[in-house]
Amino acid sequence: MSIVRPYGDTTGDGMVQLSFTLPIPHDKRAEGAAIQLANKMGMDPALLVHAKPMGDGFTFFVVYGKVSHLVDTEKVQIVERDFPLLSAKEVNAVIKRKLRRRLNVVGACIGTDAHTVGIDAILNLKGIAGEKGLEYYAELSVTNMGAQVSVPELVETAREQKADAVLVSQVVTQRDAHLHNTRAMSAAFREALPAGKRPLLIVGGPRFDELMTADLGVDRIFTRGTTPREVASYLVHALIGSKA
Amino acid sequence: MAGKLDLDPRIVARARALAVRAGQPVVDIARSHTTVSVERAVLRLAGVHGADSDGIPWVNRLVDAVRADVGLGHGVAVPVFHAAAATGVDDLTVLAQKAAAGAVRFDVPEKKAEVTAARRRAKKSAADGLKIVDRRRAERDRLIKRYGDPQQRPWIYLIVATGDIYEDIPQAQAAARAGADVIAVIRSTGQSLLDYVPEGATREGFAGTYATQENFRLMRAALDVTSKELGRYIRLTNYASGLCMPEMAALAGMERLDMMLNDSMYGILFRDINPIRTFVDQRFSRQVHARAGIIINTGEDNYLTTADAVDAAHTVTVSQLLNEFFAHEAGLADWQLGLGHAFEINPDLPESFRMELAHALLAREIFPDAPLKWMPPTKHMTGDVFRGNLLDGFFNLVGALTGQGILLVGMMTEAVVTPWISDRDIALQNVRYVLNGAGNLHEDFVPAPGGFIRNRANQVLGEAIELLERIVDDTLMEAIADGTFGLMKRPATRGKGLDGVAKQDADYYNPVTEALEA
Ligand code: B12
Repeated sequence: MSIVRPYGDTTGDGMVQLSFTLPIPHDKRAEGAAIQLANKMGMDPALLVHAKPMGDGFTFFVVYGKVSHLVDTEKVQIVERDFPLLSAKEVNAVIKRKLRRRLNVVGACIGTDAHTVGIDAILNLKGIAGEKGLEYYAELSVTNMGAQVSVPELVETAREQKADAVLVSQVVTQRDAHLHNTRAMSAAFREALPAGKRPLLIVGGPRFDELMTADLGVDRIFTRGTTPREVASYLVHALIGSKA
Repeated sequence: MAGKLDLDPRIVARARALAVRAGQPVVDIARSHTTVSVERAVLRLAGVHGADSDGIPWVNRLVDAVRADVGLGHGVAVPVFHAAAATGVDDLTVLAQKAAAGAVRFDVPEKKAEVTAARRRAKKSAADGLKIVDRRRAERDRLIKRYGDPQQRPWIYLIVATGDIYEDIPQAQAAARAGADVIAVIRSTGQSLLDYVPEGATREGFAGTYATQENFRLMRAALDVTSKELGRYIRLTNYASGLCMPEMAALAGMERLDMMLNDSMYGILFRDINPIRTFVDQRFSRQVHARAGIIINTGEDNYLTTADAVDAAHTVTVSQLLNEFFAHEAGLADWQLGLGHAFEINPDLPESFRMELAHALLAREIFPDAPLKWMPPTKHMTGDVFRGNLLDGFFNLVGALTGQGILLVGMMTEAVVTPWISDRDIALQNVRYVLNGAGNLHEDFVPAPGGFIRNRANQVLGEAIELLERIVDDTLMEAIADGTFGLMKRPATRGKGLDGVAKQDADYYNPVTEALEA
């Protein structure tokens, strides 16, 4: 079935819940305003189940209601994994046979962002979710620059290491810092290196939209729950072609 | 509260003695070095203020000028006050401006009388600066008497972080009205790596607001108004950690901040600041906090975001003991030690809650007189905000059951955004429910002898002692280089800010340290 609606307790009931704050004091008018918003968002009828004044002039609402929108699962746009998931052994074997040298990876968390847990999960031996990180792969040579790395430093290191791929992490998203930093990074690589010499550019972080590759000027985006094996498989696929 | 775990006092005493031995070599390093930020803090207390048209503070320009002429090893006080007398420029900010323009040269006078005279003037200026700090402290005592302390323990600690001081102020006031006893203004990302303190009121931080003297002043003044309105003194917190710990401490003292995040290793581990730089800066900054009557908050909670909260539980205890030693050595009293720890065990583990209770109670009993800072779950918070709210409730319950001093309110949206106004409201409701319904449950709560909680606490203490013994043998610097804390490897020869460290010469003079150690 490709057409679905939200499910509360009966197929087709279309029930959803929503919470939000309006910057007005709590009174009957405020409750009406909350219902108006819910109606405009497509909830009809909208049932206001909770309203609570907060501080001066703010009210928090919880609204339950029925939405009439239909969702067509056929028309959903997603980035499907378009490469085979390989084991570490297979990844190493492909690199060894086809590239005949180690594949160079440079990773960093750029800008003023100091969150290293995500990039370390992908790169460090320790890995994540029971999978070892890229350092474990004998045929990958990994340089992990850590956090708060500037774009010029990253470009310089990528050049020195003859990076085949550059892996960048961005966790802080306030004021779209992750988008600005990623665009600055990809622009710097475009400026510094001609098309054929440019490493594969990969960014990752929990709040990226995987569909934004073109906009950000990168080759691939990874988000929440990424594991090292997916990244290794993608590297082989994108740089070598994974047909073993 | 003491005595629920049946800890052997001899073992606790042994742990403390080991921490002293592990920490002493680091104190020796701190006492024999200075840094650009220590020297800038001296100048700030001596009255140098403001910044040039690029926003670089005059203290930076002055210290850089002195350093270029005579190095840092003598301390800047004597060269600066000697130059002031020689050029007849009494206002040190004006002297800094002239020095920046290349119109003043600095040297260490050869005549003994000139040195003595320069020292005397430096001492007088430093004393004037410390007088401001003392007045602020007395003012705090007065206001607390007038408005009163929070009625309950733990004190409720809330964060604001809009990036814009003028947004932060109404949010902080609203948070206080909603029940917060302590407001922390988180700093912008990147500030801890600036080797200067920005100037003026600021509106453009990322994920936090710049810590500046003017922002401190504005927020403190606003919270004074709210304290009066609420009849309860609202405390203000900011962050010392970073490349400018000494200056942050001086500014916090002069603007009557009440608490400062000041961990002995946070900058090293989580900002890759050079270990020696950090330890030198840390000691001076804590001496200033001691004088200012500021409560420090240490950062052990952070280790559990990069290391596992069960495997690394003992590293928290070790770090708390080290932080306690460094704090006492710098003159801080027990009531000023907001030692940190956190509810960060993977909630999917069996018995996770019992282990949390054991760890929290262990800290309580090792440090009975310190207002421990209890930090909420962050690492295992996910986009499932409903589950997050439940975890925060259990976190609050541990806080109440184990008599924590300061409770940082956990947000169910921790993994998603910096807190929304509704997140804060829901979180406070959670805290109120627990404190109201179970705030006195600790009276009935005694872990069974020989039971899980007692065993776990004693096991962690035992592991802490083993680790301390290793650190005493290998040195703390080696332990930090090896990734003992938070799995971060930080060798003493690397990291940011090392170029701002200098060994003290035989004639090193620092009028502030002299006054603080008198
Ligand atoms: C741990 C942590 C810290 C630690 C970081 C320690 C360290 N060395 O990394 C400490 C305590 C130091 C810290 C500090 C701060 N933090 Co913090 N922190 C977190 C926390 C609790 C967990 C993050 C984490 O480790 N997740 C686990 C990893 C494994 O997940 P991940 O990063 O998503 O990575 C996975 C995927 O995204 C992906 N991935 C990530 N990167 C990459 C890169 C590539 C190439 C690929 C392929 C994949 C990939 O793969 C990874 C594995 O699956 C989150 C809250 C939360 N629960 O999410 C807040 C959080 C991220 N922090 C936050 C903030 C604001 C800060 C501070 C800025 C606060 C401040 N103003 O002081 C400071 C940072 C200062 C700075 N300069 O950055 C905010 C960010 C808000 C936002 N969206 O902008 C969060 C969401 C908390 C909050 N609600 O306020 N923090």
